[in-house]
Amino acid sequence: MSKATRADGLTVVGFVLVFALGMGLIAADPVASAPATIDIRIRYSQFEPSSVSVPYGRPVTFVLHNDDPIAHEWLVGEVETHRVHRTGTEAHHASRPTEVSLPPLSTIATTVTFEQPVTWSYICHLPGHEAYGMVGSVSAR
Amino acid sequence: MGHFLSPEPRRTRRSARLFGALGGALGALAIAAVPAFACGGLIGPNGAVNLVNTTTLAAYHDGIEHYVTSFEFAGGGGQFGSLVPLPGVPTDVVRGGDWTLQRLVRETSPVLDQAFRVNAEAASSQGAEILLEVRIDALDITVLRGGSNEVGQWATDHGFRLPPDAPEVLDFYADRSPIFLAAVFDADAAAERGQAIGDGTPVHITIPTDNPWVPLRILALGKSAAERVEADVYLLTDRAPQMLPAPANAANGLFLEYFAPASDLLLDDLRSDAGMGWIPETAFLTKVGIDAAAPQLSFDLAIDASGAGQPSPIRAGLSAGAAAVATTVATFGWPVAVSVALTAAIWFSAWTLGRRRFAQQDLA
Repeated sequence: MSKATRADGLTVVGFVLVFALGMGLIAADPVASAPATIDIRIRYSQFEPSSVSVPYGRPVTFVLHNDDPIAHEWLVGEVETHRVHRTGTEAHHASRPTEVSLPPLSTIATTVTFEQPVTWSYICHLPGHEAYGMVGSVSAR
Repeated sequence: MGHFLSPEPRRTRRSARLFGALGGALGALAIAAVPAFACGGLIGPNGAVNLVNTTTLAAYHDGIEHYVTSFEFAGGGGQFGSLVPLPGVPTDVVRGGDWTLQRLVRETSPVLDQAFRVNAEAASSQGAEILLEVRIDALDITVLRGGSNEVGQWATDHGFRLPPDAPEVLDFYADRSPIFLAAVFDADAAAERGQAIGDGTPVHITIPTDNPWVPLRILALGKSAAERVEADVYLLTDRAPQMLPAPANAANGLFLEYFAPASDLLLDDLRSDAGMGWIPETAFLTKVGIDAAAPQLSFDLAIDASGAGQPSPIRAGLSAGAAAVATTVATFGWPVAVSVALTAAIWFSAWTLGRRRFAQQDLA
């Protein structure tokens, strides 16, 4: 093998190492790697995905797609929030970014900032929907 | 009198009826005497009241399915309704006689005959295309054509509160027949008519079709896994029908309770009821009782009364493969299914091993 060929090989190996190192650093930074937009679909009264991870301390946009011909809700919050909604009488949610009413066959985006690391549930509190399995979790890390 | 077949009687229902009859109160007798009302898809719009559907007669003669069902007024105010999937576009929807379903019950439930007599003495959205609208007593009936999204949207727009399993169940039906009948009970109109709680409105739907079937999965709509479905389905066919799935008692929740040629007396009686002149001169009567856990009822009842003995697995809501497996399991039970699976596994292993040996020989 000639010196020139060997040098070329070392150059390629070096480039790959540097690239991999850079990617590793990016991956290690949760703020840089986590997507700012999360798509959640509802089909057959199930959330997909039913578990998402997001960064805390920066806005995250949830794009909620209701593919069902019936209405649903996406309410995200801590345990106490859901306890209140289970017996709540608010027919429509639109005033808080963590509470979204979804008409049949609709798509709505909402932007939420998790100020600190938390793990909250998102649930549809329409009658019977939570028992049917319309429960998911969002982990802000 | 015909044959009563009930190798595994639905003890819960029988006990409940007997208890009601022994209770002595007229109301209890009336409740006990009527069949277990549970047919059709309970939707429950407006939440507070239920329209509980009924015993069903599915008669098939000369390429026409006659579907007779009764919607029972369950009280409350406002409107409430039900969705029933249909195998085809109906040519007519009219009042379904005055007592046809009760006469069928008496034919196949002689134990309750006395109770029956006591009872008798006492008693527009985008997408969905509206094919037919008719009002029968206090019942507004709309026949729709559309996919699950269109029909679901129509129902939502018209005040139905669909349960969370509705999207999947509507898809289940729309994939095979995009025809649905929505029955909305106007409670105010019912009150004006003096219609009391428990009074049913029989409806006769005439549907030309080559492949008759009876919707069963819709009975479980809105029910939790712990709830049960109870209903009675009567079939009146030109000859003894072949059914898919075949009634297998507790294994699939379908109980074959009557299977015999219909008596001349019964047919004459039925024919004399209002609007029932279509009842043929001879027919075969089958009664299938349904007593199933809600998740168990994941199929419909396909019928072949042509003599070919091939009810459609598609009409039953089963894929061809699923139907074959279901038939195998129902007929031979799980030991045979396990044996088949083991045999297949052994055969596959041997085949794979043989291929490797051939490959090694080729390399050598």
